[in-house]
Parts: sequence; C-alpha cells; structure tokens
Amino acid sequence: MTTETLIWLIPLPPVLAFFIIVLFTNRSKALSHTLAVGAAFLSWLGSMVVFFRAIGTEHLGEHPFVSSIPWLATGDDYLWIGVQIDPLSAVTLFFVAWTVLMIFVYSVGYHNFGQPKGDHDRPGLQPHGATVADAHGHKHTVPSIEPMYSRFFAFIGLFAFGMYTLVVSDNLLTLFVGWEIMGLCSYLLIGFWYGKPSARAAMIKAFITTRVGDVFMLLGIAYLYTMTGTLNYREIFYNPEVLNYLVETPSYIAGLSAAAMIGILLFLGTIGKSAQWPLHVWLPDAMEGPTPVSAMIHAATMVSAGVYMVIRVFPLLSAGFENGQLTPPMLLMAFIGAFTALFSATIAVAQNDIKRVLAYSTISQLGFMIAALGVGGYVAATFHLVTHAFFKALLFLGSGSVIHGVEHGVLHTGDHHMDPQDMRNMGGLRHKMPVTFWTFTIGGLALAGFPLFTAGFWSKDEIFADAWAHAPIVLLVLGLAALLTAFYTSRQITMTFMGKPRTKEAEHAVESKWTMTVPLVILAVFAVAFGWVGIPHEFPVVGGIIPNWFHEFVGATLLEHPETLPFSWIPLLTSLVVSLFGLWLGWQVYKGFQVGSTDPVEKTLGATVYRWLKNKYYFDELYDKVFVKPAYWLAETFTSLWMDRKVIDGVLHWFAHISGIIGNFLRNAIDKPIVNGSADLIAESTKRLGAVFRTIQTGRVQQYMILALVSIAAFSALFYYLLVAAR
Amino acid sequence: MIPLSWYLIFAAALFSIGLYGVLARKNAIAILMGIELMLNAINVNLVAFWRYRTPEMLGGQVFAVIVFAVAAAEVAVGLALFISLYRRRNTIAADEIDLMKW
Repeated sequence: MTTETLIWLIPLPPVLAFFIIVLFTNRSKALSHTLAVGAAFLSWLGSMVVFFRAIGTEHLGEHPFVSSIPWLATGDDYLWIGVQIDPLSAVTLFFVAWTVLMIFVYSVGYHNFGQPKGDHDRPGLQPHGATVADAHGHKHTVPSIEPMYSRFFAFIGLFAFGMYTLVVSDNLLTLFVGWEIMGLCSYLLIGFWYGKPSARAAMIKAFITTRVGDVFMLLGIAYLYTMTGTLNYREIFYNPEVLNYLVETPSYIAGLSAAAMIGILLFLGTIGKSAQWPLHVWLPDAMEGPTPVSAMIHAATMVSAGVYMVIRVFPLLSAGFENGQLTPPMLLMAFIGAFTALFSATIAVAQNDIKRVLAYSTISQLGFMIAALGVGGYVAATFHLVTHAFFKALLFLGSGSVIHGVEHGVLHTGDHHMDPQDMRNMGGLRHKMPVTFWTFTIGGLALAGFPLFTAGFWSKDEIFADAWAHAPIVLLVLGLAALLTAFYTSRQITMTFMGKPRTKEAEHAVESKWTMTVPLVILAVFAVAFGWVGIPHEFPVVGGIIPNWFHEFVGATLLEHPETLPFSWIPLLTSLVVSLFGLWLGWQVYKGFQVGSTDPVEKTLGATVYRWLKNKYYFDELYDKVFVKPAYWLAETFTSLWMDRKVIDGVLHWFAHISGIIGNFLRNAIDKPIVNGSADLIAESTKRLGAVFRTIQTGRVQQYMILALVSIAAFSALFYYLLVAAR
Repeated sequence: MIPLSWYLIFAAALFSIGLYGVLARKNAIAILMGIELMLNAINVNLVAFWRYRTPEMLGGQVFAVIVFAVAAAEVAVGLALFISLYRRRNTIAADEIDLMKW
C-alpha cells in the first residue's frame, strides 16, 4: 500500500467501530471493546507505518506525503480536501496513536470489565459495586462493571476518529471538522455519567465555552478563504507570496494586517479548545467525566488539537516576524500563554482533588506551549506538545488508577460519603500500588521538569531558551510557573503516595489490573525517553551524544529552517533551579501532612489568598455573574417576559382586539342585516308563498280538473279578448 | 239533410254531460263513465266533420276508431287501478282519494 493511501485509511477504523458498536454490537460488552480496541490498534499500526516511512524520507518538509480529491464545486473551481503528512503531523500522529491506544486499553480495566453487574447500578451513574459471596459464604463488595460500557467505547472511538482526521488533514476545513467532532464527543463524554447534575452542568459548560472560541476560529477560516481562495496548508503557509500578500493587506481593523487579524481569530479558537485564560473554566469541570476521558481530552487529543492548530498556522502568525519584532498575534500568544501558565499553576497549588490539580496543570502546560509559540519557539512548542501529551496522559491514567484503588477501599469500608478523589484522604499508597506509584512519579517528575532524566525537562528547557532569546520577561513568568508546577507536583505525589495512609480507605487500596498498569508503564517509557530525541547539541556533557533529531525533523516543516539558538546558561539554570527547588519544597512542606490539619500553603499565604486560589480566583462566579446570570436574565426576563409576553404578545393581543372590533362591526352592520336579511327574506317569502299555495293542493283530482277548467275558460276569454275583440 | 250544427250542438251537450259527470260524481266508476261520454262526444264531432267536410278521405273515421281503442285501453287501466285502490282503502269515493297531496 502506498503511504498516501494508508494515510487516508488511518482515521477510518475508529469511526467504523463507532458505527458498528452503536448499531449492532451494543449489547455485547466484550465484542464492543474488542472492536474499539482493535480499531485503535489498526489506526496505531497505520500511524506507526506512516511515521516510520516519514522519518525515513529525505526532505519531508519540502515534499510531504500529500493526496487530495476535489470535494466541493465552488463555481469554476473545486474545494480540495485531502491528507498530508509533513514532519509536524508525523510527530503529532505518533503521540496521538500511542496515547489513544493506551487510553483505549486502559478503559477496559477502568470500567471494570469482567466484574459482575452492580447491585443497583443504573445507566448514567457511576457503578456502585456488586456484592458477591465467596466459597465460605462471606459476602464481599467488589467493583461492578460500568452499565454503559459499550456506549463509552463507541464514543471514544468517534473521538479518536475526530483527532486522527484533524491530524492527517491537509487543510483547515477538515481540521475544523475533526475539531468539532471532538467538541461533540467531549460533550458526550464529560456528561457520560449524566445522572449526576454536576456532570450535566460540566458538559454544557465545556460545549458552550469551546463554542465561543470556535466561532472566532470559523470567522478566521472564512476570512482566510476570502483572502486566499484556498485553505490548504501548503498553499498558504508554505507559500511566501501568499504570506506576503496577507501581511501587506490591511484588515478591517486599523493597524492590523490581514495576516495578524486571521492569526488572532484562529488563535481565539485555540484559547477555547486548549482552555487558555479567559476561556479556561471548562477544563477543570470536565473532570466530571470518566478518567480515561480526562486523559483523552486533557492530554492526548483535544487540548493538544488546539495547540497543534496554532503550531500549524504558525507561519501565518509569525508572518512579518523576520525583523525581530513580535507580530501582534505572537504578542497576544506570549501574553496569554505566559499569563495562563502562571495563573493556573497558582490555582493548582490549592486544589485537593487529584484530577483537578492535573487539570490546572494541563492548562498551565498548554500555556507554556502557547507562550513558546508567542516568542517564536516553533520547535520548542511542538516538542513540549509531544512530551506533555505523553506525561499528562500518564498522569491522568495514573490518577485514575489511584482513584480506582481508593474506590476499592471505599467498597471495603462501605463509607460512600468519602471522596475517593480527594488527596487529603490518601497517603501511603506507594506500598499498595507500586506500579501506579512509580509510573505516576515518573510522570510527575516529567511534568516538574526533573533535570536530564525526563522528557519534560528537555522540552521545557527549550521553551526557556526561546523565551530568553526573544522575550526575557516571558522567561521570568514561565520560570515562576515552572517553580509552582514542581511544587504542586511534589505536593501531589507526597500527599497521595508518601507517608502513612490517612484513611481506612487508603489502607485498603489495591493495585489496578494489568489492563490499566501496562498502559501506564508504556507511557512512562515515553515520558522519559521521548525527551532524548531533542537534546540540544551545545548542551554541556550530554549534548551531542544523541543528535538533536527532533529539531532537524520538525523544523523542516517551516519554509525557513529555524536556527538552533546559541546555548545560554540562564534558561538552563532557571530550569534546574525551579524544578529541583520546587520539588524539594513540596516534599518538605507536605511530608508531614495530617488529615484534618490546615493546608501548609494556607498557613503561609494566609486564609484570604488561599481562599482565592482554592476558588480559582472566583472566575466561575465572575462568569456566572457577568455571562450566565445576564443570559438567564436576558432569556427569562427580557426576552420571555418583556419582549415575548409583553411586546410581541401585546401587539398580537392588540391586533386581535382590533380585529374583534372590526369583525363585530361587520357582523352587526353588514352580515346580519344585509346578507342574512336578504337570504332570510327569500326563504321566508318562499315559505309563505308555499303555505298559501299548498292549500289548493288537496290531492283530489276533481278539484284539479275544476281548476283546470276554470283556468282554461279564463285564459280562453283573455285570449279571445286580446286576439279578436281588441282588434 | 240535417245541418252540421245540430251534430255539433249534440256533441257539445254530450261533452258537457260527461264533464259534469267527471267533475261532480263521487263514484270513481261514474267518473270513468263521464270520461267515456266525453270521448264519444269527440267521436261524434270527428265523424260529423268528416262527413260534411272531407267525405272523400278516410282520416276522420280512422281517427274515431283510434279513439275507441284508446278509450277501451283507458277503461281497462282505470278499472284495474280502482280495483287495486278498493282493495287497499276499501273505497272508491273520489273525494276520499287524496294521495296526490303527499
């Protein structure tokens, strides 16, 4: 099979699995997950073949694998859609394929495949466990299988289809299609346990918040199409003439070129999808979904898609960047990215829900990528995108495993009021769940950027280097964010795994099944090893042992190969210091944490600041006041009550009233006397005439004959008089 | 030779008697007989006019014969009706028969 054909086929298996599960195999849980995992495996296989062919191809940047078909006739031309694998999409495909496959496998264990049906489980709610009796007649509560198991696999299949479509697409339109499919799937999956009101609220919040960004993105796409007449990547982003044209054309807004305007609009789409400030609010709430979904949305696919898109359109964003001045979209990205990185890192410090910490860290890490792009760090952003996908998928799946283990403890003690996601209830899990502990720690160290060893260090270091070279202030902000990142990561690991179990549930936690731990181990390998492909040449001691393959490969996607930055000690030292100091601090502060005691951060910062952090700077409340409440007011009071019931209904009622008056007048003045009157007159006179004439109709022949005789006599006399006598 | 007007006066008298019978008698059979009288008055007229005006043509006599035939048929139908009427209503008095009113 040619590579091009193979690329076309990559997205198909998951969507086929989706349809087959939904239509046919819905009832069989085993068949459904076999289909879904099998489909993910096929896509993975195809992706790997394509990836290895891609890295084996010389000058892939100039001559990527492309294939397209005319799709939509637009006047005398066609809109072409197709697939394209260039270095950027090749590495994206690589991490997407791995993480998706791992998440699919993990889901089998996470949703308790092979466990009995729950005693009173209902679709739309989390499984509550089943009671089984062992050989000695003792009753045990064991985890029960997810009631909507097949449905889950159908949805994540569709989700994977969306992501693969987005990655292999060669134009912004099909990218947008995949983007929206994922939007839908995230809605469906966040609200997977739709029996919970909080999940329903979260699903709507996620959908609407991302929609805000998507509208702007669609505007950007439309504007781009108007300007260039094409949406194909290579025809726009790899074409200096088009880029120059876009830079030199002013947009509708004074001071911005068309390129900057389109770039900003597209970037707004990313703000929604990748949960950047100020549209970050949906992502933490999205933790209501099952944990594999969190991993899928918040690590491997959806939020990555947002960053992937801005990386993809980077040539447009940076058009005009050559003279060293940051372009308006880049400035915006540098600001939003850096601000979001620091902002959400501070929130993460004060969260106690194990998944929420990770959610805010995801927002923060995505901010790193956006900021990196903002300062021109194309390769650094891509690198961090890939490494982050691996270690964040690992961390999410690890946290899912932890929650699963603690839920086991909950089933043992039977205390269902305990929150199995609250880190304050954990502690000491390293002995109970060794595989989860080690893999989670590796993921956490990668997130914190533990020096030399982990992937996160190398990618973050590259971002710091770019920031130092182009905008040192960004380095300052990101350094602070990285310090906090290391701190809360260490806090999380310490509170979860270290020390002694703080609750009975944590004491009875057990290690998860192999379907859950094997993906963890595989992702842990990538969370460490993937960093090694991007070690800078000039790096002291370890630089140059492995060639900086990543930079060479991904950099070729751009028209001009980005030059490697000269080595500088400042970003490196920043990176080293913040990560080690943050980790040490977190460990020192939290190693003695007791259940029920005040959080050490609260003691240090004071209750007020802590409350602000814990409540996420009251952004939800703010948006509730500024957008949600006014929207309700607009709907309930303004539109429904005032406009609809008072104005529109009022006008209608007035019309009805006037019509009634006119109608009454017509009825009383015209219809009744004239129309009815004349009809009645005819009828009445006919009736009276009949009444008169009926008296002579006696039915007796002889009277008739007399009448006839008289008539004939009379007429004869008349005619005689007229014809003869009068002559 | 007797003048034509005598025949005509006779026929008119006969017709008037028949008409009186039809209009004034109660018995249906008598009415039928009145009708016969009127028909025969017409016949007298027909034959008289034939004899005095066009004796060379047969038309007048033929007409009279046809009137006989029609009269016979009419009596047959009329009597049949009266018998049927008598069976149903047990009367043949003309003023009690007012079926045509309905």
